[in-house]
Amino acid sequence: MFTQQELPACKPILTPPWVITAFVSVGIIFIPIGLASLFASEHVVEIIDRYDKDCVPSNYTNNALAYIQSTQTNKTCTRHLIIPERMKSPIYVYYQLENFYQNHRRYIKNRNDYQLRSRAYEFDVDDCDPEAKTERGPIVPCGLIAWSLFNDTYRFSLQNEVIQVSKQDIVWKSDQNHKFGSNVYPKNFQSSGLIGGARLNQSIPLSKQVDLIVWMRTAALPTFRKLYGKIEVELEANQNLTVLIQNNYNTYSFAGKKKLVLSTTSWIGGKNDFLGIAYLAVGGLCLFVAISFVLLYLLKPRPLEDPSYLSWNINPAGLSN
Amino acid sequence: MTGGRIRAKIRQSNLYTFACLQTHAAETEELDQFPGPGYSRIIYCNEPHRHAKKPLKYRSNYISTTKYNVATFLPKALFEQFRRVANFYFLLTAVLSLTDVAPFSAVSMISPLAFVVGLSMAKEALEDWRRFIQDMKVNLGKVSVHKGNGVFAPKPWMKLQVGDVVKVEKDQFFPADLLLLSSSYDDGICYVETMNLDGETNLKVKRALEATLPFDDDGSFKDFTGKIRCEDPNPSLYTFVGNFEYDRQVYPLDPNQILLRDSKLRNTGYVYGVVIFTGHDSKVMQNATESPSKRSRIEKQMDKIIYILFSLLVLISVISSIGFAVKTDTQMPDWWYLQPFVDAKLYDPDRPALSGLFHLVTALILYGYLIPISLYVSIEVVKVLQAMFINHDIHMYDEETGTPAQARTSNLNEELGQVDTILSDKTGTLTCNQMNFLKCSVSGTAYGRRSSEVELAAAEQIAIDFKGPDSDLTFRSGAGVSEIEMETVVSREEGKDHQKPTIKGFSFEDMRLMNGNWLKEPDPHFILLFFRILAICHTAIPEVNETGGFTYEAESPDEGAFLVAAREFGFEFCRRTQSSIFVRERYPSYEVPVEREYKILNLLDFTSKRKRMSVIVRDEDGMIFLFCKGADSIIFERLAKNGRMFEEATTKHLNDYGEAGLRTLALSYRKLEEAEYTAWNNEFHKAKISIGGDREATLERLSDMMERDLVLVGATAVEDKLQKGVPQCIDKLAQAGLKIWVLTGDKMETAINIGFACSLLRQGMKQICITANTDMLDQDSRQAVKENILMQITNASQMVKLEKDPRAAFALIIDGKTLTYALENDMKHQFLNLAVDCASVICCRVSPKQKALVTRLVKEGTGKTTLAIGDGANDVGMIQEADIGVGISGVEGMQAVMASDFSIAQFQFLERLLVVHGHWCYKRIAQMICYFFYKNIAFGLTLFYFEAFTGFSGQSVYNDWYMLLFNVLLTSLPVISLGVFEQDVSSEICLQFPALYQQGPKNLFFNWYKIFGWMGNGLYSSLIIFFLNLVIFFDQAFRSGGQTADMSAVGTIMFTCIIWAVNCQIALTMSHFTWIQHLFVWGSIATWYLFLLLYGMMSPVYSGNAFQLLIEALAPSPSYWCATLLVTIACNLPYLAHISFQRWLHPMDHHVIQEIKYYKKDVEDRVMWTRERSKARQETQIGFTARVDAKIRQLRGRLTKKHSPVDAGPQVVN
Repeated sequence: MFTQQELPACKPILTPPWVITAFVSVGIIFIPIGLASLFASEHVVEIIDRYDKDCVPSNYTNNALAYIQSTQTNKTCTRHLIIPERMKSPIYVYYQLENFYQNHRRYIKNRNDYQLRSRAYEFDVDDCDPEAKTERGPIVPCGLIAWSLFNDTYRFSLQNEVIQVSKQDIVWKSDQNHKFGSNVYPKNFQSSGLIGGARLNQSIPLSKQVDLIVWMRTAALPTFRKLYGKIEVELEANQNLTVLIQNNYNTYSFAGKKKLVLSTTSWIGGKNDFLGIAYLAVGGLCLFVAISFVLLYLLKPRPLEDPSYLSWNINPAGLSN
Repeated sequence: MTGGRIRAKIRQSNLYTFACLQTHAAETEELDQFPGPGYSRIIYCNEPHRHAKKPLKYRSNYISTTKYNVATFLPKALFEQFRRVANFYFLLTAVLSLTDVAPFSAVSMISPLAFVVGLSMAKEALEDWRRFIQDMKVNLGKVSVHKGNGVFAPKPWMKLQVGDVVKVEKDQFFPADLLLLSSSYDDGICYVETMNLDGETNLKVKRALEATLPFDDDGSFKDFTGKIRCEDPNPSLYTFVGNFEYDRQVYPLDPNQILLRDSKLRNTGYVYGVVIFTGHDSKVMQNATESPSKRSRIEKQMDKIIYILFSLLVLISVISSIGFAVKTDTQMPDWWYLQPFVDAKLYDPDRPALSGLFHLVTALILYGYLIPISLYVSIEVVKVLQAMFINHDIHMYDEETGTPAQARTSNLNEELGQVDTILSDKTGTLTCNQMNFLKCSVSGTAYGRRSSEVELAAAEQIAIDFKGPDSDLTFRSGAGVSEIEMETVVSREEGKDHQKPTIKGFSFEDMRLMNGNWLKEPDPHFILLFFRILAICHTAIPEVNETGGFTYEAESPDEGAFLVAAREFGFEFCRRTQSSIFVRERYPSYEVPVEREYKILNLLDFTSKRKRMSVIVRDEDGMIFLFCKGADSIIFERLAKNGRMFEEATTKHLNDYGEAGLRTLALSYRKLEEAEYTAWNNEFHKAKISIGGDREATLERLSDMMERDLVLVGATAVEDKLQKGVPQCIDKLAQAGLKIWVLTGDKMETAINIGFACSLLRQGMKQICITANTDMLDQDSRQAVKENILMQITNASQMVKLEKDPRAAFALIIDGKTLTYALENDMKHQFLNLAVDCASVICCRVSPKQKALVTRLVKEGTGKTTLAIGDGANDVGMIQEADIGVGISGVEGMQAVMASDFSIAQFQFLERLLVVHGHWCYKRIAQMICYFFYKNIAFGLTLFYFEAFTGFSGQSVYNDWYMLLFNVLLTSLPVISLGVFEQDVSSEICLQFPALYQQGPKNLFFNWYKIFGWMGNGLYSSLIIFFLNLVIFFDQAFRSGGQTADMSAVGTIMFTCIIWAVNCQIALTMSHFTWIQHLFVWGSIATWYLFLLLYGMMSPVYSGNAFQLLIEALAPSPSYWCATLLVTIACNLPYLAHISFQRWLHPMDHHVIQEIKYYKKDVEDRVMWTRERSKARQETQIGFTARVDAKIRQLRGRLTKKHSPVDAGPQVVN
C-alpha cells in the first residue's frame, strides 16, 4: 500500500458549502472573541504621564543633559495625577522608556548568565566588556545591561497619605528562583569609572534585586514598559494622586521619553484595543468573503461536477495545437 | 557442440558471395589512410607475464565507471557540493559565524550545513556504490584463459592481461578486444553480433589469418608465441592497424581479425583469441563518454529564483547596513548605555563606514534564512523517495524477467512530467526483434486468420467507442455505426480466442494450409512452390536442438520465421551442405517424410540496393529453378507476362498487410532450361573470378539478367513482433499530447512497417519521404545534393502549410544519408520546422551519432523537454543527449541502461512512468519548491523588519535554536511529505485522462505567475506575522501578573505564529492526506510546543531567557493563544479565498475531476464518465485512436455521400 502510493487518504476539496462554512465559522468565532477582548480592554484603566520634560527645572530647559548629569541638582519632581475612573487593585506601576535600544546587539549580549546565577562563576565575565571588571576584581553583575539599570524612583501619596508600592511578584518567578542566584551579591558594581544607572545594595543577593531582574529581561522594542511595582489599594475616580519622582535616569542625551504608567489589567493583560479590533476586522472580513462567495455561487453557478469545465470541453480543438 | 558438427560439413563462407567482399573493399581503403594516433603497442601473444612491468605493462581489464574512489571521495564530493552557489554561501556564512561579525552562534550555522551536505554526500556515495557493484558484476564475469601447457581455466574478466589467449564460447561476450586466431569453423571465420556497439542486429563475419588457423584446440597453444605490433588505444570502432609476427613472418592485420569487447559470438561454437586491448583501452570503453550530469528544467528555474532571492538578500542587507551606518554615525554616540566609545569594535561610531561594512557581512548572514538551506537537501530526500516509489511500482514490474523499473538518477523525476517529444529506438524497444509468420497470399488467395496486434488494438478501441453508452454513438459518428461495427466485430471476435503462439516465430492460423490440407486448395501446385521457396531461398543454417527439432540460425529474423513456417507447413529444412539443401517434405499421403535434396547452383545475395535474393537450384528431377523473394515493387517489375495472373489480388493483399503493420515480401520463381543456365553460369563464374573495378557491376548486371521473367507465386506477411502493449502505450502517449519520433538503424521499409504497426503511420496520412538520390551522391557535388534536399524540405513545408484540411496528417520519413545533410547547420532549422509540423517522424538508417544529433536538434531547436528511449549501445548517445534517457532493461546488454536516467523493462511502462509518476513528481516538486520559497520569505523577512526596530544592529528577535530548527525540523517534514505523497488525482485517473499530463509540459505549476504569487504570499504572511504581533505585544502587559513581554517572549510568540501559519498553509496546499501527512503537519506544530517545553526545562544557562517560557509565561496567558489564532487565520485567509475563487471561476482539469470523484459522480453517471474519458485526449494524428477516428471519418464521409449530401450529421468533436 505504501510503496504503491495507495495508502487510504482523505481528499478534502474546496466545495462551496465547505468554503462558506469555513469562512462563516471563522467569522462567528472571531467576532465574539474580538468583542470580548475589546470589552476587557475597555475596562482597563490606564494613566500615562510623561514626566521627562516637565521634571527639568525651567532654568535647565535648554540644557537638560547638564541637569541630569550634574550631581548637584535637585532631581526630585512632583507630579499630580487625576484618576479618571475607579481603579481596582492591584494597580500596576510601570515606567516606560522610548527610543531606548535595549534590543541593540551590543547591549543584549552584554551580560553573563553564569555569573548571575552562581557565585562560583564570579570571575566569568565573558561578553561583559566594557563593564567586566575593575582593578578590584570582577563586577557583579557585569555587563552593560546591569550597568545601565533604571534608577528613577516613584513615591505615591494620596492626600498626604503614602501609598505603598509593593515589589512583590513583579518579576518572573523562574528568573528569581533559577536565574539570579540567592548567594550572589553585587560586587564592585558602579564603583568606578563611568557611573551608569542605579546602584545596588551590596548586602542583598541578586535574587532579591527585583528591579535588576525586571531590567535584565530586555525588551524587544525601543519603546518599552517595565513593571516598577504594584499598588494594592483601590483608587477612586477623580482622586488626586501625588507622585514624588526622583528623576535620575538620563534619557535626555538621546531624546528618550520617560513615562509613568499606572494600569489595571484584565484577562488579556493591559489596555489593548488592537487585539479586539483585529479580531473584529478579520472576523468581519471572513463574513464578507463568505457573503461574496454566496453571491458568486448564486450569480455564477457552476455545478461542481460539471464536466463541461474540463479544458478539453472548453477548448474542443485541443490544447496543444 | 553443435557448431563443431556443422564445421565439419560446410564452409559457410562460400555462401556469402559479394556482400562480404564489399565490406572488405571499403575497409581496406580506409586502412590506407593509417588513422589513429600512435603505433607503439607491442603484444607478446601467450606470454602475459612479459606484460607485467613497464613499458609493456598496459592497463588491466578492470573497468570502473564510478565517479569516486575511497581516497578521492571526500575532496571530490565536497567540491561538488560547494559548487552549488547556495551551499557555497552557507559555507561562507558558517566560516564567518566563527567571528564576531556573525549574529548567530557558530553551532547554529555549522550544524545545519553539515547535516545538509552530509546527507547529499551520503546519497552520492550510495549511488556510486551501486555503480561499483554493477562494474564488479562485469569485472567478475568468467572467461576461459590459457594457463600454460595447453590448459584453459576460467578466470574473471578483470584478471585478464594483454597477451592472454582466451577461448570464448558461443553466445558469450568478448571480455576484451581480441585478435581472432581460430574458430570452430575450419576456415577461421566467426559470426559476431555487434548490437552493443552499433545497434545493428545482423551478424558480422570475422576471419582469422591463415597462419593462425592450426591453433584450433586447447592443446595447440602449449608452445604458441607471437608478437603483435599495433596502434595505440583509440575509439575508432571500424579501423585497426597492426601486424602480427609469427614464425619469422609478418602478417598485416585489419579490423576483420579484431573481436571487440562487448560484442557477442554468434553461430560459432568457439573462438580462440589473443587479448590486445584491455579494460579502458578497449575500443568500446574508449568510446564511452562520461555521462553528462543532467538537471531538470524546474531545477534550472529554481536557480533563477535563488538568484532573485540572493538579490533580495543583498538588497535588504545593503539597506540595513546603510541604516546601521547612519544610526551609528548620528545617534549611537548619544546612547550612553552602550558605552559607544569604549572598546566598540564593530559598532564604532567614529568609523561608521567601516562599521557599516562589517554590518553588511552580518546582515548577509542574518537574512540568510531567505535562502532555504534545506531546500536542496529536502529536494534530494524527496527525489530519492519518489525514485523509490518508481522502483517499487508493481505496475512497472516485469514479471517475466523479474526486472522492476529503476530510477537510476533521481534528479530528473519531475522532468518526466514535462516531456514534449519522445525519441524512440525501434529494435528492442518498440519491437522484440522477433518475426512471426502471420499471413500469406498464395496464387491470389489470402490465408491466415489471425489479426495483427495493430488490428486487434484498433478493434478494441472501436469496441470501446461503440459499445459505450448510446449518446456516445451518435456523438461520434452518427449513422455510420452499424457499418463500422460490421467491419470490426469480425476481427474482434477472432481476437477473443487469441492464444499465445506456441511456436516461436509462427502465428499463422488457417486450417486450409495446415496438416496437408493445402492439397485440397484450388492451386496446390503454386502452394507447393510457395512452401519450397520458403524452405530453400535463404542463407540460414539449421541446428538440432535438445528435443530433436530444428532451430535456425538465420541472418535476419525474417528468414527464421519463413523457415519455421515452412517446417510447420511440412517442409522442414534439415541440412545444409556446401552445395545442397535438404528438405524433409511431408505429404499426407506418405507415412514418413521424404528427404529431398536441392543442389544449390548459385546464390544471389540480398543487399539493400537489390532488395531481393535468389537461389538457383536443381531438384532431384534435374529441373533447374530460380527462386526469388524480394520487395513487392522489385518483384512485380520483373514478372513475366504469363507470371502476372495473381498480381492484382496479391497487390490488394499486400496493401492490407501493409496497413496491418506487417512486413511483406513477394515470392516468385522461374523455371530455367539447362542450356540457358549453363550459358549464364559460365559468364557469371568468369565474372566472379575476374579481378577488376567493374567486377561488381558485371555481377550485378548478370544477376539482374537472370532474375527476370519471374512467375509470381504469392506474398508473405510477417509480423515484426511488437513488444507487449506498444500500440496501446503509443496511443496513450499520443493522447497525452506527446510527440513520438522513431530513430532506427533499420531499412526504410522496415521502419515504415513498424510505423504502421505502431500506428505512427496510417493510410491516408501523407508521407513525406526525403531521400538523397543515391546515384547523385557519387556523381554530383555535395552542394548539388544538399540543394536537392533543401528543395525537398522546402517543398514539403510548403505543402504542409498550404494544407487546408485540419485533419490532414503528415509523416516525415528521412534516411540517415539525407540526415547527414539535413543536420548541417544551415539546413537543420528548416528540417526541424518541417519535422515539428508533421504528426510523426521516422528516421531510418541512422547511426548512433546521428541519433544523438537529432536528439540535440530537437532539444535545442524546440527548447522543449525530450526523452530518448532505447535498449542498445547504439542508443547511448541519444540517451545521454536527451533531457531524459530511458533504457530498456531486461534484455541483454546493459550499455543503454547504464547510460540511462531511468530504466524500464518494457516500452509499455513508459506510459505509467510519464503519465503517472511524471505527472505526480512534477506537481509535487513544483509545489514543494514554491512552498519552500514562501516559508523562507515569510520567516526571513520578519528578521528584516525587526532590524528596523533595533537600530539595524543585527540582532535577531528569535532564539538561535528556533532558527536552526525552523528549516531542519519544524517545517521540513510536512514539505517533504508534500513532495513525496501528494496526489492531485489517483493513478487510475492519470491514466484515464491522459490530457492531464499536459499540465506538465505547459508548466502550469511552476511558471513565474505561480512563483511570484507564492513569494507575494510569503511577503504578506511576514507582514502579518510581524506587525500584528508587534502591535499586540507592543508595550502592554500580556500576563495577568502585569508583566510586559520581553524580547524572548515576543520572539517566541512570533515564532509560534510562523510555525502555525506555514504548517496550516501547507495543509491548505495539500489535496491528499494520508496519516503520514497528518502526522507530519500537525506533528510539526506539536513538536514546536514540545521543543519549547523541553528547552524551557533545560538549565537557564543553556536556555537563557527562554527558560520556562512556555509553562510560566506564555501558556497561562490568553493573549498568547489569541494572537496565535488571529495571526494564523489572517495569514491563510487570502490564500484560501484565492484558491476558492480560482477553483470556482477557472477550475483546472484536476479540480473538476476531483469534484466528480468526490461526489462519486463517476459511479452514478457512467455515461458522462466514459465520455469524458474518451474525450480527455490531446488532438493527435498518431496512435490507433487517431487511426480509428480517421477510419470513422472516412466511412462517415462515404455514408453521407451515399445518403444525403445536405445532412452533414453531427460534428465530430475530436
